Amino acid sequence: MCAIDLDVVNEIVGQKGRTADHAIPILQEVQKRLRYVPREALARIADLTEMTESQLFGVATFYSQFRLEPVGDTIIKVCHGTACHVGGAKGLTEALENRLGVKSGETTADKKFTLTSVACVGCCSLAPVIMVADDRTYGRLDMKKAVSIVDGLEGVSSAESG
Amino acid sequence: MQSPAEQQRRSIVVGMSTCNIASGSQEVFDFCRSEIDSRGLDIRLGSSGCLGMCYSEPQVQIIDADGTRHLYERVQPKRMRQILEQHLIGGQPCEKWLARLDSGAAHDFCSKQRRIVLANCGRIDPESIDDYLAAEGYQALQQVLSTMSQEQVIDRVTASGLRGRGGAGFSTGLKWKFAYQENADEKYIICNADEGDPGAFMDRTLLESDPHAVLEGMAIGAFATGATQGYIYCRAEYPLAVARLQKAIVQAEERGYLGKNILGSGFDLSLRVKEGAGAFVCGEETALLASIEGQRGMPRIRPPFPAQSGLFGRPTTINNVETWANVPWIIRNGAAAFAAIGTDTSKGTKVFALAGKVKRGGLVEVPMGTTLLEVIHDIGGGTTNGRQVLAVQLGGPSGGCVPATALDTRIDYEEVSRTGAIMGSGGMVVLDDTSCMVDVARYFMDFVQNESCGKCTFCRVGTRRMLEILTRICAGQGRPEDLPLLEELAYKTKTTSLCGLGQTAPNPILTTLRYFRQSFREHIDEGRCQAGQCRDLCSFEISADCTGCHLCLVNCPVNAIDGEKQAKHEIRQEACIRCGVCRDICRFNAVVVGPPKGAVSG
Repeated sequence: MCAIDLDVVNEIVGQKGRTADHAIPILQEVQKRLRYVPREALARIADLTEMTESQLFGVATFYSQFRLEPVGDTIIKVCHGTACHVGGAKGLTEALENRLGVKSGETTADKKFTLTSVACVGCCSLAPVIMVADDRTYGRLDMKKAVSIVDGLEGVSSAESG
Repeated sequence: MQSPAEQQRRSIVVGMSTCNIASGSQEVFDFCRSEIDSRGLDIRLGSSGCLGMCYSEPQVQIIDADGTRHLYERVQPKRMRQILEQHLIGGQPCEKWLARLDSGAAHDFCSKQRRIVLANCGRIDPESIDDYLAAEGYQALQQVLSTMSQEQVIDRVTASGLRGRGGAGFSTGLKWKFAYQENADEKYIICNADEGDPGAFMDRTLLESDPHAVLEGMAIGAFATGATQGYIYCRAEYPLAVARLQKAIVQAEERGYLGKNILGSGFDLSLRVKEGAGAFVCGEETALLASIEGQRGMPRIRPPFPAQSGLFGRPTTINNVETWANVPWIIRNGAAAFAAIGTDTSKGTKVFALAGKVKRGGLVEVPMGTTLLEVIHDIGGGTTNGRQVLAVQLGGPSGGCVPATALDTRIDYEEVSRTGAIMGSGGMVVLDDTSCMVDVARYFMDFVQNESCGKCTFCRVGTRRMLEILTRICAGQGRPEDLPLLEELAYKTKTTSLCGLGQTAPNPILTTLRYFRQSFREHIDEGRCQAGQCRDLCSFEISADCTGCHLCLVNCPVNAIDGEKQAKHEIRQEACIRCGVCRDICRFNAVVVGPPKGAVSG
């Protein structure tokens, strides 16, 4: 793995503050900038703040938002809220697993896509729903429509089609 | 809402909530922008939040020079071009795409609703404080600060009968009184916007569509309890709500409705948005406090209650988004007006997120006392395909499934509790006869065992054991002793858990066992899933009703359907993955569930 630029951590801690109540905002900003929270970053935060590395690790692993492993360039989230569940979310996950050649929670070999599931994105009236790259939500899907959305994303290799 | 100077200017208002945007409203907005610019039209382009009519989004409102509003449904750029040319340039509204409020779907959706909390949603620009001010915004705060004492505010809220809309239903006025009575150098006020229930989107819509109403309610509550600092704890999954809240706070500070010496009264309040990090348990108030303090979100024993010792050990008042949004209305209209709506013990209205297998899904606000049937049939229009309603899921993972036979239940905290479900925060997911109740129970158990913080043994381990049993039953490996075992585990989890999450986690199982025991028996004794959801326990077949329309054949994701046009189709069982797409899509109900036929290939 290439070296991680931890200077950004110093900058973030400088902005947010050193006390325990800033743990979550600091981790959120680190993840925003580095796209995940590397273990080295936790150690650096512990050096710079009143928190220990174990406390930070506890927080980072408690909340589902934090990823301790690198992710693909684009994250595709399949919503598994109640309305999406009864609307066929399971099928969407399976169809996208086949399309991308990975299991939910995994990243494609070319590091372009990570497929994952979320508890609910709050668009239940459009169920079933997927979210692409945190800012695009697609609703009223079925398996074929979900696959065609992924087909239309930049960088999808046709070889991955399953 | 327009400022007086713009009164005569025609407007296009595009719905720009998360649900509208997901339906394509950004494209419509961009199209309008470029058309107005390139044609040099004297038309104001604005945006609004969600009207609650999510079933017909994207929505566009055209406001004529005389102030008349027209609501267009399902507007895509192509449709927008015609509306622009025919209505805005030609002066002739496009009748066929207009939502009519005197008859038809929009009328049915709206006529039984009573909008207090959602009154401004979709009608004002959520990013404009002027729009909010023009809709009586901040008048309640003004009234409170200039004419009322803290006790008077608390008395009015208490007399209104307002109860917590997060689900537990505790008296809001009483909660404020407890915090008010505490002596402390600092007090806090918190808005719980950690809407974690899957199937619920009331808070998201409200914060995206009318953020100032929540801020105004909080400011009133802060004044009444003596708080000078506050937080809005919002789910990180709601980026648009967070952005609009932050914008609203800045606007309110600029105009003197928040910050130091509010409206010259000497009262200070500083509000901040705190983004959650994805933990369902943080909706529980003591876990939420731990999370703001930067710890793992683990609940602690009460008492002391947050009103005595809350955030950083100071007296803290925590209310849900919808509760706060009710407060300005109560101050403006008086306690009696609010108490006149509803039932003996449940006053006012309740907002529900209507979703699932329902024709008109969206956000619905009805007076307490309305029956579930009225919401699902009259407002929601019944099920999507005209199938039978099997049950309605209320209150998410803490709630339960109310069967079709109990749909005459009135919306009232006590009456809903008697069914075994809870009022909850407002998630209402309609299930039809294609939903398997065992699978639904398994789904919720999967959710809660994942979200259990791990502090209490039965919540941590018991939910896991229950999930394993339910997963086995869904896979056709259920045993006769499973049902009593599930009941015992459910009872123990309920009675030995510290917080609401664990205490209510077994509710989905207990209600399904109570009302749909037969379905469990079929899975265990006969190895069948009549709903066609548990793939190892069913198959799909095409009946003689098939017209050979090809719809299922074209849409089958694994090409497992054969057949000539206008001749009965057949499913090749060895290729079928039992996804049920063919059944959902068939317009003649010709795809039926059959007995299991060997393992699924997929």
